[in-house]
Amino acid sequence: MNTAQANTVLLTADGTPLKVSLARAQRRSKIIAFSMVAPLLIFITIAFLVPITDMLLLSGNNEIVQRILPKTVEVLQSWDETSGELPDEIVFAAMVDDIKKAKAAREHTKIGQRLNYESSGFSSLFRKAGRKVKKIKKPPYKEALIKSDKRWGKIETWQVVKQFSGQFTDGYYLAAIDFKRNPSTGNIDSLPSKDSIYLKLFLRTMLLSTLITFLTFIIGFPISYLLATIPTRISNTLIIFVLLPFWTSLLVRTTSWIALLQQEGVINDFLILVGLIGEDGRLAMIHNATGTVVAMTHILLPFMILPMFSVMKTIPPSFMRAAISLGAHPWRAFWRIYFPNTVAGIGAGSILVFIIAIGYYITPALVGGSSGTFISNRIAYHISQSLNWGLGSALGVILLGIVLAFFVLYDRIVGIDNMKLG
Amino acid sequence: MKNFMRAMMAGAVMAVIGFAGQAMATELVVVSWGGAYTASQQGAYHAPYMKKNPGIKIINDDSAGTAVAKLRAMAQAGNVTWDLIDVVAADAMRLCDEGLVEVINHDSDLAAAPDGTPASKDFGDLIVSECFVPQIVYSTTFGYRTDKVSKPMTSICDVFDTNTFPGKRSLQKSPLGNMEWALICDGVAPAKIYDVLGTSAGADRALAKLDSIKSDVVWWTAGAQTPQLLADGEVVVGSTYNGRLFSLIAEEKQPVAMLWDWQVFDLDGWVVPKGTKNKAEVMKFLKFATDTQRLADQSKFISYGPARASSAPLVGKHGKLGIDMAPHMPTDPNNAKTTILTNYEFWADNKDDLDAKFNAWLLK
Repeated sequence: MNTAQANTVLLTADGTPLKVSLARAQRRSKIIAFSMVAPLLIFITIAFLVPITDMLLLSGNNEIVQRILPKTVEVLQSWDETSGELPDEIVFAAMVDDIKKAKAAREHTKIGQRLNYESSGFSSLFRKAGRKVKKIKKPPYKEALIKSDKRWGKIETWQVVKQFSGQFTDGYYLAAIDFKRNPSTGNIDSLPSKDSIYLKLFLRTMLLSTLITFLTFIIGFPISYLLATIPTRISNTLIIFVLLPFWTSLLVRTTSWIALLQQEGVINDFLILVGLIGEDGRLAMIHNATGTVVAMTHILLPFMILPMFSVMKTIPPSFMRAAISLGAHPWRAFWRIYFPNTVAGIGAGSILVFIIAIGYYITPALVGGSSGTFISNRIAYHISQSLNWGLGSALGVILLGIVLAFFVLYDRIVGIDNMKLG
Repeated sequence: MKNFMRAMMAGAVMAVIGFAGQAMATELVVVSWGGAYTASQQGAYHAPYMKKNPGIKIINDDSAGTAVAKLRAMAQAGNVTWDLIDVVAADAMRLCDEGLVEVINHDSDLAAAPDGTPASKDFGDLIVSECFVPQIVYSTTFGYRTDKVSKPMTSICDVFDTNTFPGKRSLQKSPLGNMEWALICDGVAPAKIYDVLGTSAGADRALAKLDSIKSDVVWWTAGAQTPQLLADGEVVVGSTYNGRLFSLIAEEKQPVAMLWDWQVFDLDGWVVPKGTKNKAEVMKFLKFATDTQRLADQSKFISYGPARASSAPLVGKHGKLGIDMAPHMPTDPNNAKTTILTNYEFWADNKDDLDAKFNAWLLK
């Protein structure tokens, strides 16, 4: 059999070898299959891969310094920043020349802004230099530049320029985890605890997201159980109550929580009416972490209920009946038979809620006050307000890393194959 | 049948002409803040201009709040779809620094005052950037609930006095303004605040003062929040833009009064994005919209002070309520006894640093 196959080539009716003919047919169907997914592939590339790559590049990109101050960066290399002396005349001459060119291209303020992230004052230093350099026409440039602003006569100024003159920088990542590079020594120092922001925010984001995920599970499990076990006719009506808030605008839901939870709000008024609290004891339930947790639990609840519901729907009721008829206490039957079958839905719901929660920013911004804001609020701030896109990107990359880490962890513990969305 | 065909033909021809007419109209996309503010611009600038120039159609885009980031992204993508943008002065300076907006020649591009004073003199010091055409002077200041205080609030330091005026306060979630007020109430001479604030110890001092009311503060991020919080009785006193407080007091008749002491002046105005497809048309509109009469007209709709000196005497009555607008202007002598003019150069240098400190303090 083996020898026969090796020696004779199987031919199709028209005489071409079967192998070739098969490959041709397969290639055609592959091309068709590929062209059908091509739009999706292109969409994912444009809407997902390109921006993420862009973000990764932006978080470490520092070419601006070399581009705007090319000569200065070159001649600064030979200056020993630890010598305790100012750079030579040649460096000052290069700086004056670079600023003149940058001024003509209206770029001198961009470099000021970049270096201002590392050391306050560079913004005005370069803006002022842009106004003054045109008067500096002949050497000695050193004296003239220092005369225009005495900060040029400080060693630290030049140390910062040299320290951050590389093509790439880790400055944004260091800032994103509350560290800073000391310009004179090059050492990485951690910020004092009173000035640290981002590590605390990352930690808070994860803790509150975990709490929200847990709460949606506690509230969502009985609801899903009810929906999955009652007759379809009733459950179809009830599921509208789950979906209706889901279809309501996020802002509407968030602001209605403000009306409910605020100190002069419905819940506080009710508690005073029934005498549980006094007029002076109105509870602060909004503009703090409580507000964020309550509002986000409500908003994310459908993401927990729907996967759990669809998984519970597939568990035959006969399982429980069998367990009980074999002598198990109903609670034991539930715990040993029913619950393990729902794990796939719980896993899917939890990971959905957790990952959505960790990147949420509108609701925390509106109801979070100062103790209930998330890391995403800082990212949004740096992208749209302060325009420090490098730092915003670095924070985004770290957040992406955390989400991926959780995903891998989940895969190890529960197994991603066990996840069921329905 | 013949008549019917003729009617059809006529209809088709008219339709074609109609479309052609529409296609010929130049559409100018003007980005502003939305709400009452855009309405005031619509009333004072857009509507009269479109009436005079039937070929121009002005389209409002309400995304000024995120305009800086969006314009930067548009410029990077090489497709600028906006023609004119309303921004605060600090953002105008940043956009100008980044080379994203056109440099304006204030004397040749803008109308002179009726008495012939060139525009650069008429706007004076308010031209804080060579790309910026000032439009209004607004202020960030306080309003307080008259029914929830034992006596009228008259000093900015009353905000920090939780014994005499107990209750919550709403402040902007930003170091701007708050740090200046904290230092003034901590005894720093107003002329010296930016010198003090520029040092690390000064920033700590301001935060220590804010610490004394931290547990009573509701932090706002959108200008509409304080009016709502005041109306709900959630806060006793809160800061926001003066125009918002005006509509709360005069239009919605809430029991709220102004606390003008040490109001922080800021400017808002126009920038022309680089890469606009209608530069010539938009410059014509800009010249019209920033002349003396037009700036004065805007104050019929909203209580922000016109940026031209020559417009001030022309400020009249509110368009609907008929009340005299001058006493509600932040620039009115009675209201402007004590003021802080935002120090743009200082904040350009120190915003990143102070903002980080401020946010770290919030987290404590």
